[in-house]
Amino acid sequence: MLRYLLKRLFFMIPMVFGITLISFAVIHLVPGEPGALEAEMNPKITKEARERIRSFYGLDKPLYVQYWSWLTRIVRLDFGTSFATDRRPVIDKIKERMPITILINLLSMGLIFIFGIPIGIYCARYKDTFLDRFLTSFVFAGYAAPTFWVALLSMIFFGVYLEVLPVSGIKSYDFGEMNIFEKILDVTRHLVLPVCISAVGSLAGISRYMKSSLLEVLRQEYITTAYAKGLPESMVIRKHALRNALLPVITILGLSIPGLIGGSVIFESIFSIPGMGQLFYFSVMARDYPTIMGILVIGAFLTLVGNLVADVSYAVADPRIRIG
Amino acid sequence: MVNKKNLIPLCLIPLCLCLLLSCGRKKDPARYDDPGKPAFGDMIITGSIGEPSNLIPILSVDSASHDVASYVYNGLVKYDKDLIIVGDLAESWEISKDNLSITFRLRKGVRWHDGRPFTAHDVMYTYRVTIDPKTPTAYSGDFKLVRKAEVLDDHTFRVTYDKPFAPALISWSVAMLPKHLLEGKDITTSPLKRKPVGTGPFVFTEWVPGDRVILTANPDYFEGRPYIGRYMMKIIPDTATMFLELKNSSIDLMGLTPLQYVKQTDYPAFEREFNRFKFLASVYTYIGYNLRSGLFKDKRVRQALAHAINKQEIIDGILLGQGVEAMGPFKPDMWAYNGNVKRYDYSPEKALALLKEAGYERDADGVLKREGRPFEFTILVNQGNVVRIQSAELIQRRLSAIGITMKIRVLEWATLVNDFIDKRSYEAVLLGWTIPNDPDPFDVWHSSKQGPKELNFIGFENKEVDDLLVRARHTLDRGERKKYLDRLQEVLAEEQPYTFLFVPYSTVALHKRFKAVEPAPAGIMYNFIKWYVPENQMRYRSNAAVSP
Repeated sequence: MLRYLLKRLFFMIPMVFGITLISFAVIHLVPGEPGALEAEMNPKITKEARERIRSFYGLDKPLYVQYWSWLTRIVRLDFGTSFATDRRPVIDKIKERMPITILINLLSMGLIFIFGIPIGIYCARYKDTFLDRFLTSFVFAGYAAPTFWVALLSMIFFGVYLEVLPVSGIKSYDFGEMNIFEKILDVTRHLVLPVCISAVGSLAGISRYMKSSLLEVLRQEYITTAYAKGLPESMVIRKHALRNALLPVITILGLSIPGLIGGSVIFESIFSIPGMGQLFYFSVMARDYPTIMGILVIGAFLTLVGNLVADVSYAVADPRIRIG
Repeated sequence: MVNKKNLIPLCLIPLCLCLLLSCGRKKDPARYDDPGKPAFGDMIITGSIGEPSNLIPILSVDSASHDVASYVYNGLVKYDKDLIIVGDLAESWEISKDNLSITFRLRKGVRWHDGRPFTAHDVMYTYRVTIDPKTPTAYSGDFKLVRKAEVLDDHTFRVTYDKPFAPALISWSVAMLPKHLLEGKDITTSPLKRKPVGTGPFVFTEWVPGDRVILTANPDYFEGRPYIGRYMMKIIPDTATMFLELKNSSIDLMGLTPLQYVKQTDYPAFEREFNRFKFLASVYTYIGYNLRSGLFKDKRVRQALAHAINKQEIIDGILLGQGVEAMGPFKPDMWAYNGNVKRYDYSPEKALALLKEAGYERDADGVLKREGRPFEFTILVNQGNVVRIQSAELIQRRLSAIGITMKIRVLEWATLVNDFIDKRSYEAVLLGWTIPNDPDPFDVWHSSKQGPKELNFIGFENKEVDDLLVRARHTLDRGERKKYLDRLQEVLAEEQPYTFLFVPYSTVALHKRFKAVEPAPAGIMYNFIKWYVPENQMRYRSNAAVSP
């Protein structure tokens, strides 16, 4: 097991390296340069000033030189300084955006599992009943409806029409003057819509996995045996079927690790949540290469780790894989 | 096991949560019509799509940064409500007889927000750091023309130019930076870029990244303490969300699209809480023709296109009436504007007549042809700008009516600029220019400005225009300058290197509790420190008492 782990970890190094190389090349292929975008077509900005800005960022050097200098920094875990005119360290920018994105993703993932798994189980157990069809249509509708549309409609309904929830943001204007209880309530009120809406879109996936995996298990002969020996249904499902049916769900859990830090661009923009998705979007629009690369590297690393965690936890949970 | 009975309550949890969390929002008093008496306090909340990047203005180019900075800093001069240059940190100024040097007399007793006095040495520092090659600023151009800058005493500052330079005076409207906090340090890593210290009417208070920037009124401001106690810029990247926040009265000030202005904010509940203002925006939209391409070399062809395009239709249909026809590179409420130039009314007949003169004939299918080749071109528009794309579509229809095929190609901004405009590989573009308040369109029209990344990318060359531009920018007398600019506009109207399309209105919604707002050519924000909210209409009282 340990050897397997080490081997996997070792292979991650060239993978991360390859990913960064490709990403670096691709972002530099995109026309436009940092700072240039807004300065472009501005009569007040002379050509000379533009050149000065280019050399300040080191953009006048060949691409491989730029990549090499980035690479030598990143191996020392130095993410560099943002090309945005604020010139802040990339790592600071990421650090200040990370918590809110992780919080929302954790909460919504919690909701997804709390609702998705029972829905899946119910639909498998009472397959083809009215409620099964209803729930299936519901989760698929949630999956199919564009998030921004659902979000805007709920903002209009709960925020403007009913006025029970704030429309966007994560804190009220007078947040600084609240006591701790009010602060928690304030943030909670702001989080209700984003968390619920992002969860609705993902219910379909997890509940379908759950349903099909449970159906699969319920067809097995040992389930028939369990019924045959006269066990009550709830016992059969809980003790015998569910344990096996949950295995694929573990994989999904592992694979959703990178998703924890990746905020959705559209989503965060609509709700004005200062999270990772927004940071990434603004960085791309501003061609802020170090920040883009920083986020990509973290994302790539977490994806690989997530895969590994999924495989390992699968092995831990399922003796057949461990032995086989 | 999960069954129907406990599944339904489960679904109800989110609903209950909403109800639980709903603490009834207080309704403001419905009547804001009483002008009341000026009082200190309250807060204004504005929305911004982008987050400021750097609050040292010479280092940033985005509008959010400059918006915030404009309340924190002052320049030596500024524009008044009619776009006339008046003193800001400079009490007065003298222009020498030879028009080469300007001597600024600075206000006495002005203090930086940290209490240190503002002097001519700060002006000197701002000038030096701007022209320092190590400073990555985009705004060194105008200051580079200075031959000599000198501090005569603590409150007198003189600059001398090699040639009289008309935009010189207004170039001193840039934000003055505090020497005592910046000198000898690397400006690019200064903490001031996130915690600015200026002399302006508002003092920087807090910046929550990605969320908001808060400023507090400066009680010692030299033009008097602003009535509004606080200014908050909320960062709301999505315009639809921002509009909902406005309807919800969570923000007080927002620019509206024509559709929002005309159709979506005309209901009583909105009008009870908000005033809507409009004033001409400082931009114009145009079609630029690549004059190097044979198609548009002939002046008559360009004039014909001006006749063939129905500008009023674009204004009515796309801007929903919120704009005026553009005749040239200036807007009607500027002193430099000349309304007395050749006009091109919408007339397909005149267009066809001119095209006939230029050698184009319509064939049996109605297609315009010259020497067997049909009149066909592609117009480039940048992605995301719906007004421009829709304008192009209307123009396409009008042109096809007289037998011209115009294809529309929508491109991402950077691609459009780098791969097409910079390489001059385009036939026509539909774009817009900002109209600077100081009328110096030298960079756009002078024949020397055709290099890579320069702005005369259509390749316009006209001796008379070159001469007029040079004369206009080296004349400090406004009357004389206007003579040259008037003639310039006549030539441009005759030549039609662009088809000038329209100048849109800026339309904004502002909460009704703010009084003393007077729209002018400069917009509405020019007298922001005079705005006030009467005591009984104040909304954010808890903040009223907070002092910096």
